[in-house]
Amino acid sequence: MTRAGTAGALAIALALGGCASTGAGNPQDPFESFNRSMFSFNDKLDQVALKPAATVYSDVLPSFVQTAVNNFFGNIGDIWSTVNNLLQGQGENAVTGVMRVAVNTVLGFGGVLDISSEAGLVRHKADFGQTLGRWGVQSGPYVVLPFFGPSTVRDTVGLPVDIYGNLWNYKYPVRWRNTGTVVRVVDQRATLLNAGNLIEEAALDKYQFVRDAYLQRRAGQVGAPDSGAWEDAEPLEPAPNPTIQPKPDSK
Amino acid sequence: MKSFRILAILLTLGAAALVGSAPARAEEGPDALIKRISLEVLDTAKNDKQIQAGDQQRIMQLVEEKVLPYVDFPRMTALAAGRFWREATPEQQKQLTAEFRDLLKYTYSGALAQVRDQQIQFRPLRASPTETEVEVQSQVLQPRGGEPIQLNYRLEKQASGWKIYDVNVLGAWLVQTYKGNFATEISKGGIDGLIKTLAERNKRLAAGAAKSAKAAS
Repeated sequence: MTRAGTAGALAIALALGGCASTGAGNPQDPFESFNRSMFSFNDKLDQVALKPAATVYSDVLPSFVQTAVNNFFGNIGDIWSTVNNLLQGQGENAVTGVMRVAVNTVLGFGGVLDISSEAGLVRHKADFGQTLGRWGVQSGPYVVLPFFGPSTVRDTVGLPVDIYGNLWNYKYPVRWRNTGTVVRVVDQRATLLNAGNLIEEAALDKYQFVRDAYLQRRAGQVGAPDSGAWEDAEPLEPAPNPTIQPKPDSK
Repeated sequence: MKSFRILAILLTLGAAALVGSAPARAEEGPDALIKRISLEVLDTAKNDKQIQAGDQQRIMQLVEEKVLPYVDFPRMTALAAGRFWREATPEQQKQLTAEFRDLLKYTYSGALAQVRDQQIQFRPLRASPTETEVEVQSQVLQPRGGEPIQLNYRLEKQASGWKIYDVNVLGAWLVQTYKGNFATEISKGGIDGLIKTLAERNKRLAAGAAKSAKAAS
């Protein structure tokens, strides 16, 4: 057999092997065996490197510093989100985005303070994969990317565009750029520490749980655009008897 | 004498039924219900010192009292089990519902333990008054910024009032997400296998909750 033939046969064998492993195969996950191994790789990497780093970050750094980091990179992200909102025809969200970036950059010391959120300007996160979806591109099968995690074929295609649209990637010197990227990733992980623990508790099969939740979430993000306003953050009247009565220990 | 006793028993049962059921609120709409229990739970979680210290058993008590009476667990479990539900015996269905209920109670309490300064916003309900199944949309605003967390509920109007049978967090519906997990476990070890896996998980979570109660006291 030629080398190409062997490789092809091996690939088919792997794929078929993947199909045979679990009874309940998700039709949107034909690459399940590949995805599972990528998921385990990401999980290991997370356990060994990212989660400990994020835990130290979260425990050691004062919270105002963490908030400042989060705001700074969030502000840069808002620029790209605004572009995408425009591309999607979400005029109102785009205008809000422009105002957010302007206010936070000028009045927020380069984005370190998130004044816009406190002023009621909501962040409308948008990425290029979502834009493609709104333009009618089907998501395609589920793909787990090394480092980046859950994605779909369409969103994987959109990822380089997202990277292109992230202004931080143009920062010189490169030392700063790389350090900044690491800090951003660690900060992001730190915001997800509690959610990660919850998934550990709630999921019987972590891979499947994350996949099924991610696919629903992604479909929702691409589906109907924001409709209608949110109302009323304040409670209408104070809740009666807000404290619970401690039960006597009688089980 | 005998009839008097029967009458007394009937009256007591009647009174107990009235007291035991959720306080009768004249035609509380599904959105009003969700708003009420969300705000009650959030207020209590923010103000109770032991909950803020991480006492998970306290949180579970709160959840048992204020939230779980309004959830239709049999329906939720049946939906998550899908076509396997009909294949299960009534005893298995009861056990499965009980274990799933416990799992959800532990995980929901775990989520509540993270509550610090969150605010909830609600969307006005868009449903005709005659509908018996509605979706209520809310979102949780994080004090740290970032995107608000989407939190939607599906409710069904039943004789005893509106009951929740599905919850959506961050865009993923609980029933839909658990369907895959359930199907895989059932294909591996049948319904009893699933019940056993859930029971083991619940035991582990209960131990964790007890530890947190000790640490917080």
